[in-house]
Amino acid sequence: MSTTSQELDQKQAVTALRRKDLLGIAELSPQEIELVLDTAEAMKEVGTRPIKKVPALRGKTVVNLFYEPSTRTRTSFEIAEKRLSADTLNIAIGTSSVVKGETLADTALNLEAMSPDMIVLRHASSGACHFLSRVCRSAIINAGDGMHEHPTQALLDAFTIRERKKRLAGLKIAIVGDLLHSRVLRSNIHLLTKLGADVWVCGPPTLIPADIRRFGVTATSVVEEAVRDADVIMLLRIQLERMEGAYFPSLREYFRVFGMTEERMLMARPDVMIMHPGPMNRGVEIASEVADGPYSVILDQVANGVAVRMAVLYLLAGGVEHEEAA
Amino acid sequence: MPVVMDADRIGRTLTRIAHEIVERNKGTDDLALVGVRTRGVPIARRIARTLREITGQDVPTGSLDITLYRDDTMRHAVGAQPLVRKTDIQFSIDNRKILLVDDVLYTGRTTRAALDALIDYGRPKAIQLIVLVDRGHRELPIKADYVGKNLPTAPEEIVQVRLLEIDGEDEVVVETGGGA
Repeated sequence: MSTTSQELDQKQAVTALRRKDLLGIAELSPQEIELVLDTAEAMKEVGTRPIKKVPALRGKTVVNLFYEPSTRTRTSFEIAEKRLSADTLNIAIGTSSVVKGETLADTALNLEAMSPDMIVLRHASSGACHFLSRVCRSAIINAGDGMHEHPTQALLDAFTIRERKKRLAGLKIAIVGDLLHSRVLRSNIHLLTKLGADVWVCGPPTLIPADIRRFGVTATSVVEEAVRDADVIMLLRIQLERMEGAYFPSLREYFRVFGMTEERMLMARPDVMIMHPGPMNRGVEIASEVADGPYSVILDQVANGVAVRMAVLYLLAGGVEHEEAA
Repeated sequence: MPVVMDADRIGRTLTRIAHEIVERNKGTDDLALVGVRTRGVPIARRIARTLREITGQDVPTGSLDITLYRDDTMRHAVGAQPLVRKTDIQFSIDNRKILLVDDVLYTGRTTRAALDALIDYGRPKAIQLIVLVDRGHRELPIKADYVGKNLPTAPEEIVQVRLLEIDGEDEVVVETGGGA
């Protein structure tokens, strides 16, 4: 996608992220998504410099409020914030007043009394970020809410695909795994269909949400159908912690029927990309030789996560309540 | 909308600046050009081309995006965040003399941001500033080393530099604030 500076000037005239929060991909326009991805390209360059820091968010305070365990996302946000010179603080729920029974709203309002500019929230309940955005003046960034959305993950996935394939439109993208419990899936479906990809989803019938086809994707329980001629195969983690019943007989059985083996991968296009949002269950949704193989871009996804989160933080820091820039 | 520089004049001016660069630096050893996005970049490339014609030597040329270093972003009066573009400097700036190139020198705030941005890439031996137009009204203690044209302006006037590579034509025009 070679864009001249003239085209970029025109793009600038029509797009800006004019919103207070990033709650999900569902409410973003394709132009807003492209804006984030374009901005992330510039942010990626910052990470290659000898001094990996720019003063853009100097004086801004960002609170990372994580109600669920996270290594990648929390670290990635923290590095992104620091590279933009924001002041950051991390609240890990195990050591906070939440264990004494404080509600989400009370915790947020108390944090807000100390005037942060943005709150990055991860929470086990779907809709927690929407709720907080109504209660708080600060910008809310969704870092994963229950089974609802994980917008920055979908953005970094799209960035990684676009970096390799130079486009998203027309690509066959197979997403295989626990479709029912996955917020990464929901955000990715919204994003990939908005940008014109041909999205196939695959998992055991018990883990396919009943209304999934409503979102413009093709659903199947035959993994070979999903991966045949795919440009991208995205694996989703089997989320045992969110499962209350028995959705399939055993993890070994799951791997036998759905696991991404080299043999299955070879049915895809010769330049297929293998993706996984992490953390991986090796030998469950993905075989080790595929995860560590030459088609895997799993660590590129992690690297790109920092650039994409820098772009989101930067674009949201502009706020909403003002007229056109000169 | 008076045209203050036409294509010929811009061409002659950049040739003159290239000669001044060679004279002042006694050649082009250790020099590199860095254009400030957007319109400083094609100007830097044109100067590099002329320097090669004069000396037969290539001068490394890069582009600098200063958006993340501006002092007016994050202020709510300004509006939505300006678009960030990629900085592209494919050489080490350490111990080189960097010729920083911009189209218009006005308040000096862009140059201040560019200096901060540049210094994050290393420690140049010196930085010299080239501008096509100096329109006055400085708000910071900044001065250009090579000036294409000194253009006295009123603060409400707008100086527009149009370049072939971006705008399809070469000219510098002054627009009055409330329309010509």
